[in-house]
Amino acid sequence: MNITEKILAKASGKTTVQPGEIVDANVDMVMIHDLTGPLAVEAFKKIGTEKVWNNQKVVVILDHQIPAESIKAAELHKTMRQFAKDQKLRIYDVGRGGVCHQVMPEQGHVVPGTVIVGADSHTCTYGAFGAFATGIGSTEAAAVMATGKIWLKVPEAIRINVNGKFGKYVTPKDLVLNIIGKLGVDGAIYKSTEFTGRTIREMSIAGRMTICNMAVEMGAKNGIVEPDATTRKFLQNRVDTLPDLEALGSDKDATYEQTVEFNVAELEPQVACPSSVDNVKPVTEVGDVPIEQAFIGSCTNGRIEDLRLAAQIMKGKKVKDGVRALVIPASMEVYKQALAEGLTDIFTDAGAMVCGPACGPCLGGHIGLLAAGETCVSTSNRNFIGRMGSKEASVYLASPATVAASAVTGKITDPRTLETKQ
Amino acid sequence: MKVSGPAVKFGKNVDTDVILPGKYLVLVDPYDLAKHALEGLDPDFPNKAKKGVIIVGGKNFGCGSSREQAPLALKYSGVKCVVAETFARIFFRNAINIGLPVIECKGISATVDDGDELTVDFEAGTVQNLSKGKNFQVAKLPPFILEILADGGLIENLRRRKKK
Repeated sequence: MNITEKILAKASGKTTVQPGEIVDANVDMVMIHDLTGPLAVEAFKKIGTEKVWNNQKVVVILDHQIPAESIKAAELHKTMRQFAKDQKLRIYDVGRGGVCHQVMPEQGHVVPGTVIVGADSHTCTYGAFGAFATGIGSTEAAAVMATGKIWLKVPEAIRINVNGKFGKYVTPKDLVLNIIGKLGVDGAIYKSTEFTGRTIREMSIAGRMTICNMAVEMGAKNGIVEPDATTRKFLQNRVDTLPDLEALGSDKDATYEQTVEFNVAELEPQVACPSSVDNVKPVTEVGDVPIEQAFIGSCTNGRIEDLRLAAQIMKGKKVKDGVRALVIPASMEVYKQALAEGLTDIFTDAGAMVCGPACGPCLGGHIGLLAAGETCVSTSNRNFIGRMGSKEASVYLASPATVAASAVTGKITDPRTLETKQ
Repeated sequence: MKVSGPAVKFGKNVDTDVILPGKYLVLVDPYDLAKHALEGLDPDFPNKAKKGVIIVGGKNFGCGSSREQAPLALKYSGVKCVVAETFARIFFRNAINIGLPVIECKGISATVDDGDELTVDFEAGTVQNLSKGKNFQVAKLPPFILEILADGGLIENLRRRKKK
């Protein structure tokens, strides 16, 4: 069995499972946030169960509309705080956590080999740690909170095997955009995507998170990387006990629907152009695209590694007049680290605005919305029509290096063409 | 379970941001959500849907976010059912869980025009285009999913099973 099948077999008390089989899996962790949580709370109350099945296994994170941007959002937050209090749940409130998919692993809620569901589509991020993690809706989250179980169809798996060393200023984000461009936005629909190969083995946890995060943009049920020493190093002081990571990996005779090979050695920085995540081109072929906003952050690219890369490019430079640059660390931990390393000084000296950890403009619900006719280059994960505000605005997706370079020049720019100070 | 109504057709990869833009996620009343259903593609859609319609989509219908407000907005605007070539998996589950019938039908989008009268029979696994005289046999949903739809959604299903 491959790693996904192994996890689903164990979670449903079976020795083996086949793709297509429907299993009733025990859930190890469920996450709800401020936009999907209130509906889940309402649905939970309708079920008529008094207490969640296990209050150690439900996590509440406020991240989408924080600090409350309207009275309506404030009411939703109040609902979530009350529910967390009543059910004695762990809640990460304003200034205590950050973007849910960063906070979950940082705070030790993600354990390799477990089943994690979250009322957010980018829950697949936790596959970076060798967990089976997938997004669900609010009603389903309510049912999981009541029963601790979920039905799942064992997915067919696509193995995405990656080799080669990244060139300068070419990142895991460029790789995943390249993969989505090749496979398409429905290229992995209902399926598991397992990332293997030397490039993945040598990749940081941050990079693996970026790649697994965007698996859902190909329609995948989950993205997953076999856990290894890198995983252990990140998690060892965050979780109580780690399982035997070697035993979790895919068997030698594991089966895959297909294997797709990628090599990053010649890969150029990639850009997903409006308004589909698979409309991907090398930055050298994007042409002259002036921008009004540059956004560095989100569950895709708001980690310390991403901020370091952006700071390296922006150091001693200025954000182009007419452009506003927003830098949003993905969590309080990342924010404090960025402060300690002097990265926030680099950004603010350049004329960028550093905001508190939250989802920010990614989903167009809060700060940094776009007016009609405006263009944003963003490190986030979706460029759909209206995603970041006006339906007549355009969103381009790229790596932190490309977004930082573009903020400086005022148009979408290949980071390799900028002089940088070390 | 049978559903009938005129078709309203959309293309491929209809995402949840065009079905229900993020700025409306703070709304809690499903009828308020419904006022903005498919605003990203057709601001007049809620008026068209009022009489009760069947959406016909291309591949990957409902891709993007896990927001359940997307199928809720469709359901409360008057959409009786969504028939598509394929669905994004979270949207598919969400629709069933809130009691909005959905079914996959390969080849449907090329043979339907706006306004065609459709009938979907979930038990029989058929989609009929009465205006064009075309019938499709589709993969039936598993019995436990049909049960959830018949109950009106997952919560109602859980409540009924609890009472037993």
